[in-house]
Amino acid sequence: MQNEQDHILNEVTSGEYKFGFYTDIEQDSIGRGLDEDVIRTISAKKNEPEFMLEFRLKAYRHWLTMKMPEWAHLDIPVIDYQDQIYYSAPVQKAKLNSLDEVDPELIETFNKLGIPLEEQKLLSGVAVDAVMDSISVKTTFKETLAELGIIFCSFSEAVREHPDLVRQYMGSVVPYTDNFFAALNSAVFSDGSFCYIPKGVRCPMELSTYFRINAANTGQFERTLIVAEDKSYVSYLEGCTAPMRDENQLHAAIVEIVALGSAEVKYATVQNWYPGNKEGKGGIYNFVTKRGICKGDNSKISWTQIETGSAITWKYPSVILRGHNTTGEFYSVAVTNNRQQADTGTKMIHIGKNSKSIIISKGISAGLSNNSYRGLVKVLRGAENARNFSQCDSLLLGDKCGAHTFPYIESANHSAVIEHEATTSKIGEDQIFYCNQRGISTEDAIGLIVNGYAKEVLNKLPMEFAVEAQKLLQISLEGSVG
Amino acid sequence: MGTITGNISLTEQFRDLYRNYSDEIAANSAPLMNAFREDAITRLEKQGFPYKGREDYRYADIESVFRQDLAKSFSDQKINFKIREIFHCDVPDINTNLFLLVNGRYYNNGEMLKELPGGIIAGSLAQAAKDYPEIVEKHYDRYAGSSSDGLVAMNTAFAQDGIFIYAPPGARGEKPVQIVNIMISETGQMAQHRNLFIAGDDAELNIVICDHSLSAHRFLTNSVNEVYAGERAQIDLTRIQNEHNGSSQITHTFNQQETSSRLASNIISLHGGFIRNNVFVKLNGEYAENHSMGLYLSDKGQYIDNFVFIDHASPNCFSNQLYKGVLDDYASGSFTGRILVERDAQKTNAYQSNNNLLLTDDAKIYSRPQLEIYADDVKCSHGSTTGQLDENALFYLRSRGIDLREARFLLMFAFAHQVIQNIRVKALRERIDDLVDKRLRGELSRCNNCAMQCG
Repeated sequence: MQNEQDHILNEVTSGEYKFGFYTDIEQDSIGRGLDEDVIRTISAKKNEPEFMLEFRLKAYRHWLTMKMPEWAHLDIPVIDYQDQIYYSAPVQKAKLNSLDEVDPELIETFNKLGIPLEEQKLLSGVAVDAVMDSISVKTTFKETLAELGIIFCSFSEAVREHPDLVRQYMGSVVPYTDNFFAALNSAVFSDGSFCYIPKGVRCPMELSTYFRINAANTGQFERTLIVAEDKSYVSYLEGCTAPMRDENQLHAAIVEIVALGSAEVKYATVQNWYPGNKEGKGGIYNFVTKRGICKGDNSKISWTQIETGSAITWKYPSVILRGHNTTGEFYSVAVTNNRQQADTGTKMIHIGKNSKSIIISKGISAGLSNNSYRGLVKVLRGAENARNFSQCDSLLLGDKCGAHTFPYIESANHSAVIEHEATTSKIGEDQIFYCNQRGISTEDAIGLIVNGYAKEVLNKLPMEFAVEAQKLLQISLEGSVG
Repeated sequence: MGTITGNISLTEQFRDLYRNYSDEIAANSAPLMNAFREDAITRLEKQGFPYKGREDYRYADIESVFRQDLAKSFSDQKINFKIREIFHCDVPDINTNLFLLVNGRYYNNGEMLKELPGGIIAGSLAQAAKDYPEIVEKHYDRYAGSSSDGLVAMNTAFAQDGIFIYAPPGARGEKPVQIVNIMISETGQMAQHRNLFIAGDDAELNIVICDHSLSAHRFLTNSVNEVYAGERAQIDLTRIQNEHNGSSQITHTFNQQETSSRLASNIISLHGGFIRNNVFVKLNGEYAENHSMGLYLSDKGQYIDNFVFIDHASPNCFSNQLYKGVLDDYASGSFTGRILVERDAQKTNAYQSNNNLLLTDDAKIYSRPQLEIYADDVKCSHGSTTGQLDENALFYLRSRGIDLREARFLLMFAFAHQVIQNIRVKALRERIDDLVDKRLRGELSRCNNCAMQCG
């Protein structure tokens, strides 16, 4: 049995990363290192208005005073922030008028990733903003969306064309002083997506951003801002991959969501950055700050994440429930294998009356990895009848990995009801035996059980993503026995 | 007697205090304990004082507690009170072997160590370190010494005495050993005592610790207890904290458990201005069983903080944590429980539960039930709830003619009783039930049994 286990674990750990290719494309990069000149260069390259440069410099000066956080259950090697390239972009022609003008290499890259940029080929009708390294390559379906008044474009474009909106909302949910990585991002962020849904509009299609790190030694620092006006609705997807490289690459992103009265925003992520090889060499360091605010009454924000990639994940998508009767949701499946480390979870801050939140977190650890859930539920004094339910389950595949749960529950209102429960288990031999008996191989049985285990979360994903996520889980774990 | 003031860091203050009084500290203790002091003060300098916001002291403001201007005494104090007259244990029908600690020093009538029926030896730790060095040496600072907490190192540097209880292999005491820990003084005072409880293989120990303050001054205790349960040994440890609101108490208990031992600890916190209880359990042998429980009832501006760390270092062990609290007025409380299952500690069963009732919007509770697991064939679960009384239960009682006020008391009492029912000493259990009932009804004044009547 032990031999078989080792064998299967081996098989799992030797599973290949599918998206590890590299596209040889002409890059426009700046030198390594970070100082005020680098920030001015980035800002100038992007033709930004003065207020953006000011914002960046303020963030940079603040970042200099900060120290990297050490509280996470992660073993982070020393990161030399002067050894990173903070801007790298595929060289493009001045202005794109049609898809024909996009570098064919680029189209090929995204086709390989299964992200067709050619709109006519799209069956499902998902609008995509593709971001490679530091800049947005192409946004599809822009015109269709514009008819409804929806703005969906790259962040740089938004800065130039909708400066008032950007100015009003950027940094309002995640200020540059928020944490070390948020400050770094605010100083050097290169691009990202911007999305604005006007009053009463229900976005007819899924909006999607696809992030791709391509260049070597380059950090990716993107920024997403979603603003949903009163009574609007949008569902947003985010995917990401990177080439296989021996050195570690840095990714520090910010996502901000603002939901006004009765608006609803769903944000789903399938995070599949390169996790490093099985000895733990290479891989992306993923330090992400994601936060939404339910500003208006009756609004709702929902985070769904499937975390399978990255060597190190440090990520806590949060919701500030400021309005009354607001809802925050967090559904997560985090898979770690080999020597991956994940410290991820959420924060639910209850401020408004009758605010509700639900947290479902499923951790799966295999190989020599460590997977931690860390989540905060905070009920402020005025949050009458606030309600939270949290469930954090961990599944251990193998006896060399770790699964940890660190909830923080802070309540200052006597009518609030907060519940937290967690379990840790492995796949039972009886479950496997039951499947074997019915002619299902051990490998398939595990796939089945893991998918069943994660189903509660997978169900929350839009259909196109659910399929991808399910496949990802299978690739990451097929055949492992606990 | 020394006082500390000024703006230098607490670590420096206490280091200087130690340097100035090290001769006096050593002279009034035992050579065996003195041997640990230099090391400990170095450790304190390295580890420093826990600051608020540090992961393990996230909500506790230790610094302001130690910034109080309190007297520290390192030799026998003249006590102008007749302790036996003003203090009498208020538990009716309790039959125990009583030992007194007054301001952290063993209080006696000339008898430093007693042999109790059943072969148990109990009395002054400093005396035991002289009379039974081979026993004390085997355990002293063995379990607390590896702590990363500067406060534990500080205790090792300063502690001069405390209670020593030793049950030789196979020994069974007839009666529980009761330690009454009294703070009484004419000025504010700080004490740091050290207890060592050892149960040899197959021995049984039943220990009750009662914390009281008998004068209206500000008190601060920083005490360390080391508890060792040998193979198949059974230990019951009950602590009742009942000090006044001007007192601060920090306790560190290190429980080391060998194969098939069973240890149950109950901490009942009825009163106290600032309380921090650290409980560390190391399940060092297979099939060891641990129950760590606590109940805290706070009101006014009290702060109560329980921190429990269970280390499953061996396979096939069982642990169970149950902490419950009721917070009223503007009291605040914190619970942190950590279950660590080490690699290869397979077949571990570990449970953890923390339930809190908030009675007002000014009361606050922070709960952190944590799991850290490195073995796969384990059953671990934890649960935490914070909220109010069950509406359905209230309705049930009211529909049977019980008024709302009484129904609430009934339910709160039932809530608390879940912890109390685990106390094995019957007289004590009944007394605590009674105290808790009164406490919940707001009828209990801490001082009702104290001759000082200082308020």
